Amino acid sequence: MTSPSSSSSPKGPKAALADALDRAAIDASCRLPVLLFFGSAIAWLLVGSVFALLAAIKLTTPEFLADHAWLTFGRVRPAHLNAVAYGWSSTAAIGVAIWLMARLCRVPLRHARILVAAAVLWNLGVAIGVTAILAGASNAIEWLEFPTYAAFILFVSYAFIAVWAVLMFRERRPGHVYVSQWYIFGAFFWFPWLYSVVNSMLVFWPVQGSVQAIINWWFGHNVLGLWFTPIALASTYYMIPKILGKPIHSYYLSILGFWSLALFYSWNGGHHLLGGPIPAWLQSASIVASVMMLIPVITTAINFHMTMRGSFALLRTSPALRFTVFGAMCYTVVSAQGSSMALRSLNKLTHFTHYTIGHAHLGMYAFFTMTMFGAMYYITPRLVRWEWPSAFLIKAHFWLASTGILLMVVSLTLGGLIQGIELENPKVPFLTIVAHTIPWLHARSWSGALLTTGHLAFALSFVLILLRTGKQREGPTLFTKERSFP
Amino acid sequence: MNRGLTLFVGILATFTLAWAGLVLIPYLQFGRVTDYVSEETGQTLPPPMSGLAQRGHEVYAAEGCVYCHSQQVRGESQGSDLARGWGVRRTVARDYIGERPHFLGTMRTGPDLSNIGRRQSSVEWHHKHLYRPQSVSPGSVMPPFRFLYSLRKIVGEPSADALKLDGLDAPPPGWEVVPTPDAKALVAYLLSLDRSYPLPEAPTE
Ligand code: HEC
Repeated sequence: MTSPSSSSSPKGPKAALADALDRAAIDASCRLPVLLFFGSAIAWLLVGSVFALLAAIKLTTPEFLADHAWLTFGRVRPAHLNAVAYGWSSTAAIGVAIWLMARLCRVPLRHARILVAAAVLWNLGVAIGVTAILAGASNAIEWLEFPTYAAFILFVSYAFIAVWAVLMFRERRPGHVYVSQWYIFGAFFWFPWLYSVVNSMLVFWPVQGSVQAIINWWFGHNVLGLWFTPIALASTYYMIPKILGKPIHSYYLSILGFWSLALFYSWNGGHHLLGGPIPAWLQSASIVASVMMLIPVITTAINFHMTMRGSFALLRTSPALRFTVFGAMCYTVVSAQGSSMALRSLNKLTHFTHYTIGHAHLGMYAFFTMTMFGAMYYITPRLVRWEWPSAFLIKAHFWLASTGILLMVVSLTLGGLIQGIELENPKVPFLTIVAHTIPWLHARSWSGALLTTGHLAFALSFVLILLRTGKQREGPTLFTKERSFP
Repeated sequence: MNRGLTLFVGILATFTLAWAGLVLIPYLQFGRVTDYVSEETGQTLPPPMSGLAQRGHEVYAAEGCVYCHSQQVRGESQGSDLARGWGVRRTVARDYIGERPHFLGTMRTGPDLSNIGRRQSSVEWHHKHLYRPQSVSPGSVMPPFRFLYSLRKIVGEPSADALKLDGLDAPPPGWEVVPTPDAKALVAYLLSLDRSYPLPEAPTE
């Protein structure tokens, strides 16, 4: 069976009703922990957006808020990254993964207390970590800036979540294990492992010199590939068939996609150091792994596309589907771009430029974050038993987010290419290059303003649905019946 | 795939394989590089960092200089780093053995600093630049680090290490701007950045 639930099997109305009641019971059991993760994720999204705007403005206007050590660019920028990576993205991912696990294990969520404790600890860890960065206690290792005490709290919280996941999995109703569960399982193992190995080799007992850089970028890339990506794919594999009400196109493609991702993504990372002081074989291995990533990406893209075929019209009615499919499409684009960036000829140009930042946002925002928005739009009404009060806010959110991220990626990509081409030419003075990047960086700041406005709309929606404002709508379980989204 | 165990073993195996390949082997291969004592000069290379420079290394970490500056010089075929005068040779693993954390960096909003101590050896320039980068590099987007300096009333003799600031930056009469210990350490660190010594694996000719 290749659909995320048993509802595709032919059944009488009685069985369908029983199924719906089952699902409603599962959703009710998830309410507290999942809403806790969602709510705090959205709060961090807002915090992260503020840091992002500050950093963006500082990059064109260095005197802006320059006299406060806590707000210097070199602190605000990692504060942004960590607030959005650990505060927003990870927290959202955990919330979505918990709900998916419960739905796919087909049993009401148990041991909610473990998850509530994990949520509290997780937020505490992120808050301490971000504050430490602002206070100047950062490790200054990209993606791993949190000092040991904060990292440790995150690790403990994560251990709780992993234990919970294993318990849930063992208590699942017998039957098919759906592809989303493989991804969630992978992610739940990979992340704590990756995080603890890397923290111990870089922070607790740091290894020598440039080996640190290798490990740093192995993490920097694998946290994307083995943590954020699997959760987003798990969500997409669930949402698309679920919302369309038909099974995923091919079971075999999804197996191929999963194992090839596990095999190749984990070998990525070294291409962040092309030409750097690391062994040549390692650079080559990473280039090969990057290019091989085309296999899982193309397989998954075909699988999603074939499932969507004939149903693209639904993108107009279902917000959850629209966000999710937007994310899925960007997954293909960002991955193909990533593979090309590992090639020496292009890497030489883009390596130290804003092009890479554009790529990072295409991945973490256009793909991952949009997918999470989609999932939250689907899941939240089921938890609070109330439909989203305002279609306008959702629409505003979608258009601000999509045009915002488009503007950001285009401006950083073009600005980065110009920067890279000029850096390659030693006759162009450095300050000329700086001057040429500024207009693109201004555009980026504007894109940040669009995204932030979108986040405010989303946060407002979320508060309104929690408060159950507006009038009660019929048939809360099937979002596709929602017609107020033209 | 219905077996939790198959899934688990596969997840474990793929990851362990990559960890061994990308972390363990590089670590075994060159995680214990030692410094090199030059036969000609008897000098230990790379030269060990002074305590003050080490402290400056920490300031560099806290202020996030690494988000705008790389410290790695790629070889000729890999970019124009050498042609830009950012070094006389590519940097190699041995250059970094004393650094925790590493500052290889991924971004060049500002120039590479692998050899800044050699390129710009004036303490005064560095202080002026850190105080307000635009005063010496018009059009720079580097942020000012004025919070690493203190404005102080001159009591008796002016301090020997007071900055010689003019124009916009000049303190009011009777006042002076002096570097904090952090600023001094940071500049000592910047001046220590000189990876132009020859190594067997990276000769300078
Ligand atoms: C927002 C990005 C940014 C940050 C953060 C930053 N710099 Fe810079 N830096 C630049 C730019 C751009 C230049 C080139 C223009 C100039 O000389 O100011 C530069 C130039 C320099 C130079 C002169 C290089 C040369 O080749 O002449 C030094 C030294 C320097 N920075 C040190 C630092 C230190 C130390 C820090 C941290 C305390 C730091 N920078 C933080 C952007 C940055």
